[in-house]
Amino acid sequence: MLDILVSGLLLSGTYALVAMGLNLQYGVAKIMNLANGEVLVLGALASFWLFTTQNLSPLITVLILVPLSFIGNWLIYKFLMLPLVRRSKSKGALEVDSILSTFGMSFIIIGIMVSIEGGFFAYKYLSHPIEIIGSTTSVNRLMAFVLASIIALMLYVWLNVSRQGMAVRAVSVSNEAAGLVGINVVAVSGLAFAIGGMVTAIGGALISTFITLDASIGVVYTMKALIIVIMGGVGDIRGSVIAAVILGVVETAVATLVDPGLTLASAYFIFICVLLLRPQGLFGRPTS
Amino acid sequence: MKKGTHLELTIVLCVLAASIFWPLVVNGYWLGIGVDAMMYIALATSWVLFSGPTHYISLASAAFFGVGGFAVGLGMSDYDMSFWSMLIISAVAGTLLAALVGVATLRLSGVYFVIFTLGLAEMIRNLVSWVQNNFLGSRGLYVLTDFNDQHLFWMLLLTTATIYITGWLISRSRLGFALRIIGGDETVAKHVGINTAFAKIILFTTTGLFGAIVGAIIAPRWSYIEPNQVFSPQLSFFVVIMALLGGSGRLWGPIVGVVPFLLIWNWVDANFPSQSILVLGLAFLLIVYFLPRGVLGRLEDLYVKLKKRII
Amino acid sequence: MMGTRLLSIQKVTKTFGGLTAVSDLDFQVNKNEMVGVIGPNGSGKTTVMNMISGAFKPTSGKISMGGKTLSTMPASKISQAGVGRTFQLVKLLGGLNVLENVTAGAVFGYRKRWGSDAEDFAMEMLELVGIEDMASAPIETLTYIDQKRVELARALVAEPKILLLDEWLAGLNPSELTVGIDLIHSLREQGITVLLVEHVMDAIRSLCDRCIVMSSGEKIAEGKPAEVLSDENVIAAYLGGSDA
Repeated sequence: MLDILVSGLLLSGTYALVAMGLNLQYGVAKIMNLANGEVLVLGALASFWLFTTQNLSPLITVLILVPLSFIGNWLIYKFLMLPLVRRSKSKGALEVDSILSTFGMSFIIIGIMVSIEGGFFAYKYLSHPIEIIGSTTSVNRLMAFVLASIIALMLYVWLNVSRQGMAVRAVSVSNEAAGLVGINVVAVSGLAFAIGGMVTAIGGALISTFITLDASIGVVYTMKALIIVIMGGVGDIRGSVIAAVILGVVETAVATLVDPGLTLASAYFIFICVLLLRPQGLFGRPTS
Repeated sequence: MKKGTHLELTIVLCVLAASIFWPLVVNGYWLGIGVDAMMYIALATSWVLFSGPTHYISLASAAFFGVGGFAVGLGMSDYDMSFWSMLIISAVAGTLLAALVGVATLRLSGVYFVIFTLGLAEMIRNLVSWVQNNFLGSRGLYVLTDFNDQHLFWMLLLTTATIYITGWLISRSRLGFALRIIGGDETVAKHVGINTAFAKIILFTTTGLFGAIVGAIIAPRWSYIEPNQVFSPQLSFFVVIMALLGGSGRLWGPIVGVVPFLLIWNWVDANFPSQSILVLGLAFLLIVYFLPRGVLGRLEDLYVKLKKRII
Repeated sequence: MMGTRLLSIQKVTKTFGGLTAVSDLDFQVNKNEMVGVIGPNGSGKTTVMNMISGAFKPTSGKISMGGKTLSTMPASKISQAGVGRTFQLVKLLGGLNVLENVTAGAVFGYRKRWGSDAEDFAMEMLELVGIEDMASAPIETLTYIDQKRVELARALVAEPKILLLDEWLAGLNPSELTVGIDLIHSLREQGITVLLVEHVMDAIRSLCDRCIVMSSGEKIAEGKPAEVLSDENVIAAYLGGSDA
C-alpha cells in the first residue's frame, strides 16, 4: 500500500511537470497541442540516444534540451501556430484548427522518430534500489521526482514573482484585457508555448530513465496530460499538481493491484467522473 | 448541415447505384480497393453527418468500428451466434457507446469531445484485451462466413446509401434545423427552446450506430479478430483526413475525397513504407493550412469567383 | 396598474467571483404591463435580463413565472415556458435568411410549429415588424434596424408570455427611433407583457407603466416614470447622465 503511494507520488512529479507544460500551451497560448505526448517522447528519445551512443547522462541531456526544445517549440509557434491564430475568427475556430494542426504535427514527429529508432527505447540509468520512508523504490524515480519538482517550483515562482510571469498569467485570464493593458499577447503566447514545450521535453527525458517508451506511445501521455489539465482546471498550476498526484497514485494502484495494461483506462475513469461531476476541474472557472 | 435538395439526393443515389456494377467488372486487387473505398466512404459520410454541422472533431471512428468487429468475432466464435444477429447487436452496442460518450462530453465545448475521442479506441483496446485475457480465455476469435469481397462491397454500398439517406432526411427535419441553428449561434439556439446537448447527443448516436455496422461487416474479411487490429487508432485518423479532404460542408464530400486519397496512400505505402506516417502528418497539415474547407470548399470558392467574372 | 402577477423576482443576487453584479433584487411584472428597468451603465440591468432568460443562474434568490421556478431551469426550458428576449448585441443566425431566422423561434417553442404552419406564422410576424418584403434576404445584407426587427420577430413568433427587450432601441438614429418606439407601442396593443432595459428616456416616459431604477446592483427606486425620473436619488445615480 505504502509502495503504491510512494511510487505513485514519485511518478506524479513528472506528470505534473508535463501537465504544466500543456497548461502553458493551452491556458496561455490557447493552443490545444495534441502533439504534446510526442514532444515528451522526443525528449525521451534524445536522452536514450545520447546515453546509448555518447554515454551522456540524462541530466546533461536535460540541460541540452533547455535551449533546444525552447527554440524548437518557439519556431513551431511562430511558423505553424501563429498563422492559425491570425486567421481564426473565433476561439472555437482556433481550437479546431490547432487541434488538427498539432494532430498532423504529431504524425510528423512520430514519423521522424520511427526512422531514428523504430523499436523501444529503454536504458539502465541509476536503477539501483533505494529506500525512502519504509518503501523501496529506485534512485532514478526519486531523482526524476526531485528534478521535476525543482523545475516545477522554479516555474511557479517565475510565474508569480517576475514581470514576464505576471504577463503570462494575465494572458491566460484574458487575451483582450491583457492586450489592452499593453502586453504583447503574441510575444507572451510564443514564450508560454516555448516554455511549455520545453518542460514537456524535459519531462520526457526524466521519465525515460525509468519507463520504457517507443515512438507510438505519445498519445497515451498526451491523454494523461490533458486529463490532468482538465481535472485541475485549465490555467491553474496548483490544480495540475494536485490532479497529477491523484492520477499518479490511482494509476499506480491499478497497475499494481489489477493490471498494468489498464493505466489509460483508469485515467479515463477519472476523466469521465470529472466531466460528469465538475467539468471545470478543481480550480477552474465554471464552463458556460 | 445544409438542407438537402431532391436534386442532390437523386444524383448521389444514381452514383451509388452505378457503383453496384463495380464488383461485376473488376476482381482481385481492384475489387479489394473498392471494398476499402466503400468502407471509408461509409465511415467518412457518417463522420460528416455529425462533425459537419457541429464542428466537433470526432476521433472515435476506430472505437465504434472496433466494437462492431469485436462483437461479431466474439458472438460468432464463442457464442455460436449468426452473423446477422451479431450485426444487430453490434449496432446497438455502438449506439450505446456513442450515447455514453455524448452524455459525458457533448454538454461541454468541442475540446473535451476531441480529447475524449482521441484516446478512446486505445483505451477500449486495453480494456477489451484485459477482459479477453482474464475472463474469456485467449482463444482466437474466428469469423467464418461465406462472404467474399463482392458481398462485402454490396453490403457496404447499401450501408453508405442508408447513411446518406439518413443524413438527408435529418437535414430536412427539425433536428437538422436545430443543428443549423446551433451552428449559427448556440446561445440563440438555447433561447429559442432547443436542448442543444440533447440534439448533439442524438446526432452522435448515428455515428456510433453506423461505425459499428461498418466494423461488423468488415469483420469477415479478416476471419481472425484481434483487438489490436479492430481498434486501430489509425483508422480514425484516416476517416478524418478523408472527410476533411473532400470537405465537411457537404454530406457527399467523402465520395469525392476518399478514392483519390486511398490511391495516393496505397502508392505511398507501397513505395515509401517507413515514411507513410510522415506523409499522413503532412497531408493533415496540407489540409489545415491550404484546404480548410476541403477540395470542395476550394472549388466552391473558384465557382463563386468565376460567376462574379461572368456577371 | 395592478393586474395578475406574471413574473416575480425575489431577493435575487448575482456574484461573479468577488464582484456583486446584482444585490437582493425584488420586483414583479404584471400581465399586460410594460415595465422599464433603467440605471447607469454597470448597474446590473442586463445581468437581470440574463438571469431571467437563463443565460446564467442567480447566486441566490428566486425567479418565477406562472407558478414555475425559472431560476433552476436551463435557458431552453425557460424559453419554452414563455420567456422571449432580444439581445444587447443583436444575435442573428449567419448563413440563414430572414424567414429562416424568424422561423427558428417558432419551431422549438411551446407551440412547436413546423413546415408551412411555422413559415406562415413567421411571415405574419415579419409583417408585424414591417419587413415582410425581405423574407428571403440573407441576414448579412440587412441594416441595423432591420436586424433588430428580425430579432424582435423571432422573439414574437414563439408567442411569449413575457418579452424581454435588452436595450432594443440602442444605436438607432432619430427617425429609426420613432419607428422603433411606435413598434413597441403596437406590441402593447397586442397585449404582450414587456420588460425593457433602456437608456433612451423619451422611450421610457412614453412606453412604460412603471420603472425600476437600479444602481450598482441594487434597486434604488420604483414607480411611474415621471415620479422616478424626478427622484433625487435617481438623478444622483445618473450624475451627468445625458438622456434625462
